[in-house]
Amino acid sequence: MSRQYETVIGLEVHVELATKTKIFCGCSTEFGGAPNTHTCPVCTGMPGALPVLNKQVVEYAMAVGLATNCSITQYCKFDRKNYFYPDNPQNYQISQLYLPICRNGGIEIETAAGRKTIGIHEIHMEEDAGKLIHDEWDDCSLVDFNRSGVPLIEIVSEPDMRSAEEVIAYLEKLRLIIQYLGASDCKLQEGSMRADVNLSVRQVGSETFGTRTEMKNLNSFKAIARAIEGERARQIELLEEGKEVIQETRRWDDNKEYSYPMRSKEDAQDYRYFPEPDLVPISISDEWIARVREAQPELHDEKRRRYCEEYKLPDYDAQILTSYKKLADLFEETVAICNRPKKVSNWLMVETMRLLKEHNMDPDELSFQPSNLAKLIMLVENQTINGTVAKEVFEQIFKEDVDPERYVEEKGLKVNSNADELYEIVRRVIEENPQSVEDYHNGKQKAIGFLVGQTMKATQGKANPGMVNQILKELL
Amino acid sequence: MDSLQFTAAELGRRIARRELSAVEATKAVLDRIEAVEGTFHCYVTVDAEGALKSAEQVQQQIDSGELRGPLAGVPVAVKDNISTKGMRTTCASHILDNYIPTFSAEAVNRLQRAGAVILGKTNMDEFAMGSTTETSYFGETKNPWNPEHVPGGSSGGSAAAVAAKECFCALGSDTGGSIRQPASFCGVVGMKPTYGTVSRYGLIAYGSSLDQIGPLTKDVTDCATLLDVIAGHDAKDSTSTARDDGPFAEALVDDVQGMRIGIPRDYFGEGLDAEVREAVLGAVKTLQERGAIVEEFDLSLVDYAIPAYYVIACAEASSNLARFEGVKYGYRAPEYDGLHSMFKRTRSEGFGAEVKRRIMLGSFVLSSGYYDAYYLKALRTKALIKSAFDKAFERFDVIVSPAAPTTAPKLGASLSDPIKMYLGDIYTISANLAGLPGITVPCGMDSKGLPVGIQMLGDCFQEKKLIRMAYTYEQSQNRRVQDEQTV
Amino acid sequence: MANKISDEVIDYVSILAKLELSEEEKEQAKSDMGSMLDYIDKLNELDTDGVEPMSHVFPVTNVFRDDVVTNGDNSAETLANAPAEKEGSFQVPKTVD
Repeated sequence: MSRQYETVIGLEVHVELATKTKIFCGCSTEFGGAPNTHTCPVCTGMPGALPVLNKQVVEYAMAVGLATNCSITQYCKFDRKNYFYPDNPQNYQISQLYLPICRNGGIEIETAAGRKTIGIHEIHMEEDAGKLIHDEWDDCSLVDFNRSGVPLIEIVSEPDMRSAEEVIAYLEKLRLIIQYLGASDCKLQEGSMRADVNLSVRQVGSETFGTRTEMKNLNSFKAIARAIEGERARQIELLEEGKEVIQETRRWDDNKEYSYPMRSKEDAQDYRYFPEPDLVPISISDEWIARVREAQPELHDEKRRRYCEEYKLPDYDAQILTSYKKLADLFEETVAICNRPKKVSNWLMVETMRLLKEHNMDPDELSFQPSNLAKLIMLVENQTINGTVAKEVFEQIFKEDVDPERYVEEKGLKVNSNADELYEIVRRVIEENPQSVEDYHNGKQKAIGFLVGQTMKATQGKANPGMVNQILKELL
Repeated sequence: MDSLQFTAAELGRRIARRELSAVEATKAVLDRIEAVEGTFHCYVTVDAEGALKSAEQVQQQIDSGELRGPLAGVPVAVKDNISTKGMRTTCASHILDNYIPTFSAEAVNRLQRAGAVILGKTNMDEFAMGSTTETSYFGETKNPWNPEHVPGGSSGGSAAAVAAKECFCALGSDTGGSIRQPASFCGVVGMKPTYGTVSRYGLIAYGSSLDQIGPLTKDVTDCATLLDVIAGHDAKDSTSTARDDGPFAEALVDDVQGMRIGIPRDYFGEGLDAEVREAVLGAVKTLQERGAIVEEFDLSLVDYAIPAYYVIACAEASSNLARFEGVKYGYRAPEYDGLHSMFKRTRSEGFGAEVKRRIMLGSFVLSSGYYDAYYLKALRTKALIKSAFDKAFERFDVIVSPAAPTTAPKLGASLSDPIKMYLGDIYTISANLAGLPGITVPCGMDSKGLPVGIQMLGDCFQEKKLIRMAYTYEQSQNRRVQDEQTV
Repeated sequence: MANKISDEVIDYVSILAKLELSEEEKEQAKSDMGSMLDYIDKLNELDTDGVEPMSHVFPVTNVFRDDVVTNGDNSAETLANAPAEKEGSFQVPKTVD
């Protein structure tokens, strides 16, 4: 390939809002439940049913807009988007086209290449569709409207991203902001955050955009990264062969690592938007905006700065701890109990991260109580247990949320500080390892480490390491 | 005692005084239905068993003192696009001919709370699209004054049922004149309230921004009485208005002294039948004699209301009727090949010609490239029409006109030329675009013996002025009849 | 007729409206839609420059409900009119190939 191409990417991110009820009716948004048990005439499109807007949806949408530096559209409306599909009970979706609630924002992302602002074109409110399950047995599909009418916001970025790395950084930043606001849990796997990728390529230096495609069905960051690479390659190949990229919606198949066109001839993609006559416009006063702004919790960037100043943490620690709301919450709650910020930070950044990776878990899935971590830190500090034992206990806290004090007591893990007993054990270790003793006397300092280890092993890790060292040196 | 002669309010009073029971009244009207329904075909569904059962319950509640409203025990009919829990609601369409709602419209709930006994569901133009009740999947309704003529539409079944004494009063719906025009053709009183006055919850939508439920009754007193029962704010309808100017029955006052009547010249020109004009102007003269101040004026924009209406109503209808596709309720085509084929077959077999015509037009005017030229243009025209009325109501309390250019046409005479049929809505349609209340009251007969109706339009939320004027006119007519009888 | 409706337009609108028209119905639809559009074109006589399109008649805004669960399990009612039902869901022809 002789020519150099640049990838141009914009994202449409759908986020399910954390309201208790659906956007236009009093049905629960709770996950799970037997099919159609969270439904009513409104969210199943019964003839004569009418929508009434959930105020919390507007407030969450405003909060996300303010946190992403958007301007709020103070007179906004809903529109109908008309298309036929069985998961769409009215065969129109109530959405916003002409006057979306938020416009012209942007957020700053950080990648290896540095800092960059990604523009946000608009954020609009809309209702989610139901769920279709393919029934292989009867060769039919089954429609469940439990998710129908769950509130969504769609965040439409400007085409400001140039790489998968930037896309992931943008999504992570967006997720963090929304999680901090409490507006959504933003779980990609469960579909409470979904990203469609609009991608085009152009020759480096070109002023105009190439023809873009829209990719759907991306349900992990990894899939997004792969889809971007795959689609970029596909488009460049077309252009290199002198062919054209067709503007279309494609479905990413992450197993085959390839995207397929979704369009059918029955699908004219002409949505015939018009103002929703069943809902009245929304008028947002300056006072209302101010109220939402005031109620906004501390966001990521602010928190990161505060951790450095208030807790005297290195910026590296602050960055990692605040990168997940769950971690930051755990950190603050634990510090509030034991007042040992650096120690709490270490436990979260080292052992917690290691175990998360080992169990292939997300920080959001952490379930232990801050009080148990605080107790563990104090057990180490007052030398009730040693560091090795502490790690073992922490694993139990991580897995089972055990109370470390009780656990140490029950398992008899307290440090052994009985000098007579230790002298006995150390003597035996020396007798059993003459070679190491000789090495030590020949000046090999490492040998003492081996002997300490043997002693610890003999005490099942319960010995006070300081005492072991002291006794060893004395006896040798 | 022939209870069928009573108005709804009179019947309610007699039931309250224990002169007759709700069950007796219900039986009487069911007998009447049995006797004449074969001729007029006002109903899609008659629920005799349910009506008698509910009459018994209502009577018990009257006896125990729980129920004492003016409509307690009064048998009523409900247009078949207004949802009734457990009672088939078809919109006179094949696509809903087996649909049994699991909830009732708010207007029906209010009727039932007031103790009204629901007799059944009245015939209509399919999905309220039409002016003659001939587009019904279940066959046409006939005009009780002359069964060779149409009853008007789309609430033709409700208007005819009131006229034929097959109920004491009825609910209709009005999107472009669908209460006022059939009331005129059938010689009964019909009112479209201000948009938002009666909840649309449970009304199967045709044009959501235009639809209103309203009363069809034997006289103006019944109209006010029924309106008082069904009107009121409903949290389930975002476009419902909380009003504090009731009760409407307070406006049943025989006095129009000093009220200003505007006669739009544009409504009395070409196309208006001479006998209709004479009857309406005669009624205006009566009101003038009673002290009203009458003045002609130019309303302007009259010719633009119908095209603007058809763009807006059809656009909304194309979207509102998208939900009928055989997945969740109603008809599903027996044979199809795949999902989209099922949608298409179901809708093509389920909808009649007029409904398809309007869905096609509505889909077209909203489609890519045409939205601005047609839909936005119509919404702009609507804004101009609204401000023309605002200006007129600075000068007048009530605007008076015919309800329709002619009396009821013969069966089969209208459907062949849709545009001609649409032109028949010329006097009624603007009120829907501007959200205004309008009432039709009988004002005479033509030489064929068919009723003529006068329409009175008021500014938004001015139903009381309409009721007062309509009542005053009605009283003058009653006096005339009494005088004639005395002579 | 000033507005000539082509077969393509009728086919396209039929896809949007999910209607399957017979040849005869198509011809009728072409003529009906053409004459309706001719009639609607009357609106072009009106100068509407600078007029705000009016979607709602009254200037009412901000009608909301509180975020409180009011509905319970309504599945029996939801499915009561289903033309085809399976396992508590609406059964439809398969949606994916």
